[in-house]
Amino acid sequence: MAQVLMKDLNKKYDEVHAVKDVNLHIRDKEFIVLVGPSGCGKTTTLRMLAGLEEITAGEIHIGDRLVNDLPPKDRDIAMVFQNYALYPHMTVYDNMAFGLKMRKFPRAEIEQRVRDAAQLLGIQELLKRKPRQLSGGQRQRVAVGRAIVRHPQVFLFDEPLSNLDAKLRVQMRVELKKLHNRLETTAVYVTHDQVEAMTLGDRVVVMKDGWIQQVGEPLELYAHPVNKFVAGFIGSPAMNFADVTINDTGGVVTAESQGLRLQVPPAKAGALRAYKGQSVAFGVRPEDVHIATGADPAGLTFDAVVEVVEPLGSEILLDVRAGSSTTTIVARVEPTVRSKVKDSIKLAVNPERLHFFDPKTEQAI
Amino acid sequence: MVIERRWKKWVYFYIPLTLFVIGTLFPFYWMFVTAIRPDAELYRSWRAATNTPFWTLQPTLDHFRDLLEKTTFPQWLWNTFFIACVSTVISLFCGLLAGYALARLKFPMAGMLGTSIFVTYLVPPTLLFIPLADIIRSFQLGNTPWALILTYPTFLIPFSTWLLMGYFKTIPKELEECARIDGATRFGAMIRIIFPIAVPGILSAGIFAFTLSWNEFIYALVFLSSPEKKTVPVGVVSELIRGDIYFWGQLMAGALLGSIPVALVYSFFVEYYVTGLTGSVKG
Amino acid sequence: MKKPIAGGSARVEVLAPPRTARRGGAGAWLENERLLAAMLLTPTVLLLGLFIAYPFVMGVWLALSNTSVGNVGEFVGLRNFYKAWNDSIFRTAFWNTTWYTAWATVFKLTLGMWLALLLNRSFRGKRIVRASMLLPFIVPTVLSTFAWRWMFDPTFSVLNWLLYRGGFITTKLPFLSDGAYGMWCAIAVNTWRGMPFFAITLLAGLQTINPDLHEAASLDGANGWHRFWNVTWPLLKPVTLVVVVFSIIQTFSDFQLIYVLTGGGPANSTHLIATYAYQVGVATGLLGEGAAISLFMLPVLFVVVWLQLRYLRRLEA
Repeated sequence: MAQVLMKDLNKKYDEVHAVKDVNLHIRDKEFIVLVGPSGCGKTTTLRMLAGLEEITAGEIHIGDRLVNDLPPKDRDIAMVFQNYALYPHMTVYDNMAFGLKMRKFPRAEIEQRVRDAAQLLGIQELLKRKPRQLSGGQRQRVAVGRAIVRHPQVFLFDEPLSNLDAKLRVQMRVELKKLHNRLETTAVYVTHDQVEAMTLGDRVVVMKDGWIQQVGEPLELYAHPVNKFVAGFIGSPAMNFADVTINDTGGVVTAESQGLRLQVPPAKAGALRAYKGQSVAFGVRPEDVHIATGADPAGLTFDAVVEVVEPLGSEILLDVRAGSSTTTIVARVEPTVRSKVKDSIKLAVNPERLHFFDPKTEQAI
Repeated sequence: MVIERRWKKWVYFYIPLTLFVIGTLFPFYWMFVTAIRPDAELYRSWRAATNTPFWTLQPTLDHFRDLLEKTTFPQWLWNTFFIACVSTVISLFCGLLAGYALARLKFPMAGMLGTSIFVTYLVPPTLLFIPLADIIRSFQLGNTPWALILTYPTFLIPFSTWLLMGYFKTIPKELEECARIDGATRFGAMIRIIFPIAVPGILSAGIFAFTLSWNEFIYALVFLSSPEKKTVPVGVVSELIRGDIYFWGQLMAGALLGSIPVALVYSFFVEYYVTGLTGSVKG
Repeated sequence: MKKPIAGGSARVEVLAPPRTARRGGAGAWLENERLLAAMLLTPTVLLLGLFIAYPFVMGVWLALSNTSVGNVGEFVGLRNFYKAWNDSIFRTAFWNTTWYTAWATVFKLTLGMWLALLLNRSFRGKRIVRASMLLPFIVPTVLSTFAWRWMFDPTFSVLNWLLYRGGFITTKLPFLSDGAYGMWCAIAVNTWRGMPFFAITLLAGLQTINPDLHEAASLDGANGWHRFWNVTWPLLKPVTLVVVVFSIIQTFSDFQLIYVLTGGGPANSTHLIATYAYQVGVATGLLGEGAAISLFMLPVLFVVVWLQLRYLRRLEA
């Protein structure tokens, strides 16, 4: 009952075309995350949904209403801002009650709802304080509380965690997810942090330069990015890229660059044959590169020199240089591996997890 | 801190500062001493051996009594107070609304309007008093408090608008966006969220506007004629000097009493006043 | 369907019924940005238009006519301006105004800067000293100028008494009874009144300067004077410029100080443009000529305002 539909949505400022032909169907109860680098149009999209920016072209429906011309107050939404936007002259209680008061709810109902939300968020003790007497995490909770007392049709979140320190951010991330599971309200969440996007979103929308790049469930985006941008943006450490030339010698398709000569697995060979003699972008995620063992076929291995070793405890990141090339590749290996800087090692790639992108369109092949 | 020798601190700090303090405050002390000095002492030859100019042994309140009983000074005080308050309120009202619009709303010609208000800020009253006198006369406002209540805002509004615009810009705009999502109209968000938060700025602008209207002279001099309608500065100038004779004791008593209200307002809100003062030039 | 939040109260959702969009109608201006802006600006634009723009146009018309009190004038072209320019009193007044503005500004800036630097240090009673230093600025100019006039009194001047007792003079100085002395007295009083404004504004500017810069400079071997010129002054220049512009405008258009202190005398030797315009336009009743005289302030103010706007633009860019 509270699905959100965006149809051919556009936003143009004087000089900038900030949002371009966005089409998005957000399902009821879904937690959807808009993610992308700054200036990609994600916040503008959210603000158009909230009614804070005028829509240049296109339509937005919330539930079964076209909301293009509705002021924010009539859209039945609630929003949590990056700086929390708590009203400094009001107590926590009044902050949370403000929206209900504006909608002329009966006093007892307001009281009940604020108490319930405060209990849910563990901020009952803070109701009489002013925002400036709260810590960052507490302010965050109040901001969320203020949104949930209204029981809106859609929650909007504009980078709500980015002002918190790293530890608190992880904790609040989990709480937000729990809260959503409990409230089951449609939520649209904007962030530039792909980890947040992956962990929170039922589906993730990756945006760049005002365009939607890809919409999908987190693991789908991770495993099957539709283009080089999504491939590079999702995942940390980021996917390794190298420019390779496609060769076809006697039916065997290979991707080659200096120091790298990989046999393309049959599944991709067909499509790649069309790029014979051309250069394409090759990508492989760090965890799909491992220390070669006897079981790895020769066509999937390459020689490398270790340049940097980053032991993270649960794993080790090896920054290596492939052969004599300038291409550096990051490999995520078992913590038991004992490699030192300047060691020569042999690495192998996982043939099912290789990505190739068209050199011009950057679309996945 | 940079470490200094003690004599250096005296030469470079205490002595100059003391001189500044004396220089700044001496005229006020002189006002006070003159106001409580009997006439016989005031007009004594300056070479007289018994002359003790810096204090008096026979302090008297005669000058104050004369001022309050024989002149319309109390009426002037009330006039000044009334005119200053009303014109301050009008200016704050206009300045709040205009400052908000210029700081927050997008509309065609916003930049041009902002610039013109700033330019009017810099137009001195002495440039316009002659035509204004004519206009006041043709509006039948001459010799009424309204002549001043309506014209003082011409220099108070630009200043308040400028100051409040600067203040509004420091308030995160998410606050009103959130209020609008919470169910307020733009106007409602302005009234319920932004204005309450801007109270310190409003106070600064108000205090500053009040002192400016209290001090205004040329419009009051030109637009008012009957003695009982005048403001303190004009009354003191035109009514306490009879012909060519200056009654210094009374004049200084008037100057002192006329300064006390602003000085009081000022002393209660020094910080706000200073914010207003420094904000008035920064914008 | 949303679950009721904690506590499991089984109340039904009482969402306010979604109101329909208000397009037009009485409340539309509450939401529409442009309508709201127009409403909010109306009182200001009306008042400023009626009492600044209209008088300004009217002033130009008056200046081009021979209107006097009780006499509707006719268009006389630039005759009033021509007449003023050939009037020796006006020339003196114009020259006085320039002289007065220039020196008063120099003194206010120098002393104000000095005072600001002194007040920028921490010492006991700083708050009260700072507060009392602003007194000259907030007390009505007319009233404090009377105190000065009394201090400059030809017969009973306390300053003369001080100088005489101190052995600096043997005869009284003709403070206000000589034109040249009179101008300097006016400059002194204007400086006394305006300096706090400089000091407090510059002090606010000083307080935004990071003290680390001074420490770094003194580690680099800079002495006090060098630190001022190489660290403080460059950072203070923007605010100084603005204060100077404000002060020039106020000083150039000053009226009350001279009106009370000398009344333009003796023998019209200490008039400023504004006091002379008052004498001609109001005291004598020649509105046209008076308006023309005050309009002579315009070019100077225009240049100053223009510089100021250009500077503001540059700051915004």
